[in-house]
Amino acid sequence: MSRYGRAQGALLQRAGNGQGPAAEGRSAPRARQLLAIAFMLLLPLLSIAQAIQPLPFRDHAEELRFQHLSAELRCPMCQNETLADSNAPIAHDLRRQIFEMMQAGRSDAEIKAYLVDRYSDFVLYKPPVEPKTWLLWFGPLIVLALGGLVVAIQVRRRARQNPVGNVPANDTEDDW
Amino acid sequence: MIPELGQFALVLALLLALVQGVLPILGAWRGNAALMAVARPAAAGQAVFVFLAMGVLIHAFLVYDFSVAYVADNSNLALPWYYRITAVWGAHEGSMLLWVFILNVWSLALAVLSRHLPTPFVSRVLGVLGLIGVGFLAFILFTSNPFLRELPMPSDGGDLNPVLQDPGMTFHPPVLYMGYVGFSVAFAFSIAALLGGELEQAWVRWARPWTNVSWAFLTMGIVAGSWWAYAELGWGGWWFWDPVENASFMPWLVGVALIHAQAVTEKRGSLPAWTVLLSLFAFSLSLLGTFLVRSGVLTSVHAFASDPRRGLYILGFLIVVIGGSLLLYAIRAPRVATGKPFAALSRETGIMIANLLFTTAAAMVLLGTLFPLIGDALNLGRISVGPPYFSFLFIALMAPAVLLLPFGPYLRWGSAEGRQLTTLALRAGIAAVICAIVAAFVAQGHLRAIAGIAGAVWVAAGTLSYILKRWREMPRGRRYPAEMAGMLVAHTGVAIFIIGVMLSESLSVERDVRMAPGDTQAIGGYVFRFDGVHETQGPNWRADEGTVTIQRDGTTMATVKPQKRTYSRGQVQTESAIDAGLFRDIYVALGEPMQATDVEGAWALRLYYKPFVRWIWLGGLFMMLGGFLAAGERRFRAKKAAATAAVPAKESLA
Amino acid sequence: MSRLMPLFVFLALCGLFGFGIWWNTQHDQHEIVSPLIDKPAPDFLLPELGQPMSTVGKASLLGKPYFLNVFGSWCIECVHEHPVLSGEVKSLGLRLVGLNYKDEPSDAMNWLHEHGNPFDLVITDRDGRAGIDFGVYGAPETFLIDGKGVIRYKHVGPITPEVVDREFRPALAALAKEGG
Repeated sequence: MSRYGRAQGALLQRAGNGQGPAAEGRSAPRARQLLAIAFMLLLPLLSIAQAIQPLPFRDHAEELRFQHLSAELRCPMCQNETLADSNAPIAHDLRRQIFEMMQAGRSDAEIKAYLVDRYSDFVLYKPPVEPKTWLLWFGPLIVLALGGLVVAIQVRRRARQNPVGNVPANDTEDDW
Repeated sequence: MIPELGQFALVLALLLALVQGVLPILGAWRGNAALMAVARPAAAGQAVFVFLAMGVLIHAFLVYDFSVAYVADNSNLALPWYYRITAVWGAHEGSMLLWVFILNVWSLALAVLSRHLPTPFVSRVLGVLGLIGVGFLAFILFTSNPFLRELPMPSDGGDLNPVLQDPGMTFHPPVLYMGYVGFSVAFAFSIAALLGGELEQAWVRWARPWTNVSWAFLTMGIVAGSWWAYAELGWGGWWFWDPVENASFMPWLVGVALIHAQAVTEKRGSLPAWTVLLSLFAFSLSLLGTFLVRSGVLTSVHAFASDPRRGLYILGFLIVVIGGSLLLYAIRAPRVATGKPFAALSRETGIMIANLLFTTAAAMVLLGTLFPLIGDALNLGRISVGPPYFSFLFIALMAPAVLLLPFGPYLRWGSAEGRQLTTLALRAGIAAVICAIVAAFVAQGHLRAIAGIAGAVWVAAGTLSYILKRWREMPRGRRYPAEMAGMLVAHTGVAIFIIGVMLSESLSVERDVRMAPGDTQAIGGYVFRFDGVHETQGPNWRADEGTVTIQRDGTTMATVKPQKRTYSRGQVQTESAIDAGLFRDIYVALGEPMQATDVEGAWALRLYYKPFVRWIWLGGLFMMLGGFLAAGERRFRAKKAAATAAVPAKESLA
Repeated sequence: MSRLMPLFVFLALCGLFGFGIWWNTQHDQHEIVSPLIDKPAPDFLLPELGQPMSTVGKASLLGKPYFLNVFGSWCIECVHEHPVLSGEVKSLGLRLVGLNYKDEPSDAMNWLHEHGNPFDLVITDRDGRAGIDFGVYGAPETFLIDGKGVIRYKHVGPITPEVVDREFRPALAALAKEGG
């Protein structure tokens, strides 16, 4: 097997689950667990090597569209990376798939739907706005509104106290 | 040096921390001077033993003591000495020791520099820091001991993850921890104030420099981490809204709110409850970050190995510390509105609005980071939250803050003068619009670039306007007190940062290309010529090194050498080559040969042109500088005459 | 009492974290739940290993349920699951179809020769396209497909005896109850 194939192999295989009983003695299982963790940590490193995938784009606009799309999708294997930056072979395959679908005239929505049908919503970096994510998308707005209310009440309460009369002509050193 | 010495030192440190945590607080409660006097010596003692333990661990790495399991796991015979030191905090156990080490640095500094503070107050502050130390030292000794032996001793060790073998990694964790852990000081001050029922807000003046310095360190740590990711992770990204990054960003955001709230309470005596609450939040988020990274509750590119036992311990610790402090707040926080009143249009209100925006941003980041977990808990399936969510909402929340920013110095305390504000708004507004129009021509339809320039000019013009105002109106030597200079520098940093982010994000060009030796490629006005690949070597790696010549208008600007390294343990890593510049970076990464066996032939390369990307970190550095400057304010320094023994100093605020 | 709000919010958060720690001990965080469960398996037409002229399609596998195991000679965990595949899984009595994923046929045949071949049939997906249709993102992965060609269960990662007991047996029992 070529040395690149071996690197491929390291990526494709399932890295062991990172959780392991810490109480386990220092022996082969522990070493394997560490190796698995090391592989998991390494996966992003190997990213550039295969993430670089020159493709024959028709023009710059198409290239931009591809980059944009692959940056919005999560690699199902190296899960904290985008398809654009992951070196996992599945990312390589999916990029090729996206490219072919683009060339075949599919829209962005169709391409995303294709991937979601096979890999679930999880591959979208942008959570869809649907009832199960309302808390996510509207939560901050609610926090802002509630906070704004609190601030408004406090300010009004304050302003109703003795109104501040004199305003010094210049900023003095201490009261700027 | 025997590793067991290190372990023993930690045990002694734990005992001293216990003494430091319990006795002085008891003493302050009972007015017992002898018990209170224990605080400083106990803190010094704890520091000595923690420093000793750290020394023992560093020594173990330097002499290749593979009988220590942690050393064997994270270093090997080929690892250079400077990275063996980095390896000390490269994994979980060592990073916890670093946490405690930095906690002791801060405690020691506080013990030394607090002579002017009233004794009961200092006793409580050091006591709280002692209790925090107890929690962490116990955690280390019972679940994460770096001094455990591995027998039989292996002849060679594992390796420090190659991505961590970089100067950035040597620097980033200690600096970040200085910030993270530094918020414990503001926290301790607040707890001490709540415990002591301090009705005057003098303690806020004492807390300010400590908070500003912590925040500045945290800023520097985050900037270092971002820069390191850009240089090391190989594909031009500098922020990914990864859970661990978010864990450091949330305390930073709350820290910004805290710094401004402290200014209000210190100068005007108002809103003390908010100031206390924000300092509790800031440190709570620091602790939360520690939890998130180590419990395995969230997946992340750079999370430490997870272990449910450790996770539970930290969770228990969080409940005690944060829960306890919030309970104390509920019971003891000042209820009566104190301090000088203010009108609706005033700096106080402006700061309250800005703080609301920053706190909401922190809450948003927390929500997004935790939402996958919420999804699992509510059985909603695996929900993915990524940069599109965070960036969109962050910009939406920060935009009003950016609009508000230039008004800050112009808003008077108590009641602002409308006329000054409108003049400022017109000046800065016109400058921003003009620059935006120019940008529209140059950047041709890149909306983000135009918006970025408009926002940055708005902030910069407003800040400059105030700088000139002070120059005109104040006599020499009194124009820019340190606190104000800090504010102006930090606010300028915001403008620089906005330019960096918006321009690099919208105007960058990236291209994956196939190049044979001699081929050229044109990007962003530059011509890249690939000159082939040859083999080269380092202390613990071998590499394929490419040579790429970058030309502009016919003249050669730079020659960069991207590498693909294979480390002594077999890991492969890409070292991208960056030609850095103030106004643009050119970035080249080497991929694979197009034919796996033909190394002399064509290779895949990724080429980037990234304008203004360095301004992102430059902006951060300005903000950091501003923080340090502000901390140097004369008003905050110890007044020799005010040192008293048992009676809290009544300092005037005006 | 508004002053207690931060404490309550925090305690709720701790509840969430406690749940998270517990959940982690039960689940593999990295596993993606397949959206194809209870949906018809994708159509495929793939060559047999060693006999590239002979192709096998989804239609020819209808009628009785079978396990589809995704493996490769490059996959280290596949070696670990192999004894379980040959032992416990085989003893469940279903057809075992191997999907040789992103592999060189000669490497695959050598690997099967070396480790033993528990499969009733091995088909090859050299470029991974069929794998994408199945939502495969690594190896090993195992699908349970019923007689009507519907995917009823998917296991990601190596099969262990516990997996056979805790996951496969109940899934098969459910299938038997329906008569599928």
